[in-house]
Amino acid sequence: MVLTAGVIAVQGDVAEHAGAIERAAARHGERVDVHEVRTAGVVPDCDLLAMPGGESTAISRLLGREGIDTEIVDHVAAGKPLLATCAGLIVAARDAGDPRVDTLGLIDVTVDRNAFGRQVDSFETRLEVAGLEEPFPAVFIRAPLIDEVGDGVEVLAEHDGRAVAVRDPPVVATAFHPELTDVSRVHDLAFFDRE
Amino acid sequence: MSRTTDLEELRRGTDLIKRGFARMQKGGVIMDVVDREQARIAEDAGAVAVMALEAVPADIRKRGGVARMADPGEIREIIEEVSIPVMGKSRIGHTKEAEILEAIGVDMIDESEVLTPADDAYHIDKREFTAPFVCGARNLGEALRRIDEGAAMIRTKGEAGTGDVNQAVHHQRNIKGAIRTLVGMNHEERAAWAREHEAPAELVHETAEMGRLPVVNFAAGGIATPADAALMMHHGCDGIFVGSGIFGAEHPEAMGEAIVDAVNGWDDPERLAGIAEGIGQGMKGEANADIPEERRLQGRGV
Repeated sequence: MVLTAGVIAVQGDVAEHAGAIERAAARHGERVDVHEVRTAGVVPDCDLLAMPGGESTAISRLLGREGIDTEIVDHVAAGKPLLATCAGLIVAARDAGDPRVDTLGLIDVTVDRNAFGRQVDSFETRLEVAGLEEPFPAVFIRAPLIDEVGDGVEVLAEHDGRAVAVRDPPVVATAFHPELTDVSRVHDLAFFDRE
Repeated sequence: MSRTTDLEELRRGTDLIKRGFARMQKGGVIMDVVDREQARIAEDAGAVAVMALEAVPADIRKRGGVARMADPGEIREIIEEVSIPVMGKSRIGHTKEAEILEAIGVDMIDESEVLTPADDAYHIDKREFTAPFVCGARNLGEALRRIDEGAAMIRTKGEAGTGDVNQAVHHQRNIKGAIRTLVGMNHEERAAWAREHEAPAELVHETAEMGRLPVVNFAAGGIATPADAALMMHHGCDGIFVGSGIFGAEHPEAMGEAIVDAVNGWDDPERLAGIAEGIGQGMKGEANADIPEERRLQGRGV
């Protein structure tokens, strides 16, 4: 069976997610077709979805204008996996504390946008992530922080005592960018390591 | 289980971080703004970032004289106004303007030919900065020289402030065409190409192997309509800078939103038709063919 993967592609680092999904699938012996999602009508056929990094204001506006937003909500409601990174996490959250972003409420967390400051404050570090055997090379770019974590949400990684990766099945969300390095273990975790 | 510790120090300003920032802008529209009201309109239209300027390129062309970095106070106001990244322009080779922009907290610095060059021979050593840089280029050799100096994003130069997309197309075709040529070459031919085009050999080989620039490649210089933006996406650009085209248009809000939608829907003509309908006049502009060599900005800083 060939899996159908969608990468939300209205804006952001789409090709990087597509590559990471393909690498993760190959390691698990799965075949996968990756589709870019820029219009409505693609998501309903997807077995798994990635929502990339980018600018959350631009992404949330375009998801709404294109009518993709409700399709993503339905995808998650059907129990199909979604990985959301950085801007994707903001859009997936219950509340971003900012009227400029329409969040989709896919995970029961609130986020603080650009909590780490401006681009000069962006950083890379190695993080321990629950479920991964080795520390993960985490790249934070104008990253958000997760504020409130709801019941039933598992914190997968913290930085300075604050949550930066969470799982609220079927969604995994990170404040950092697992798609920017060659290590696609977070994509494994979100899509293929599931029982 | 959810405990985590930092295993090593945080690293800032690495190539991965700088180029990664540029990657987050892909598929987006970066809009020139001169004050906080315009910045607000740009963010509401769906811009991924704004470029904070004293005057848009069309006005810089008209005004003449020496064009410099914007007032830091004005840039700070724009930073306070919007949640998206704010970029700023420094003169070519003006290390101090760039340092000031970095100190204010500008997210990306455009070492730009639109401003009057401060150095005839050298660009800024961009590797020394924590903030990422974008630079203009007319061809692949120029692009790779800028990347070698530390640029994290390349944009076509086009001919800024004209509203004529002709030169942006020309520059993007130059870059893409040269990459196709390199891909078809063997190792020693690529090395010879590098010498001939004064491009760093290592970057020439890397580009040939990847079949694209090793950094994000935006279009800039003369993009004035949704169809122009779609055309540059068709030519393989990763995203679009719009300078005078938004606030020089009859209805900036409608034009801004339409250009954002056109970059997303660039490959669907029927959607583009809907997007381009009823948005008012684009900027008047000035045809590139009518601009004499000495008034062209693109020859600055090669």
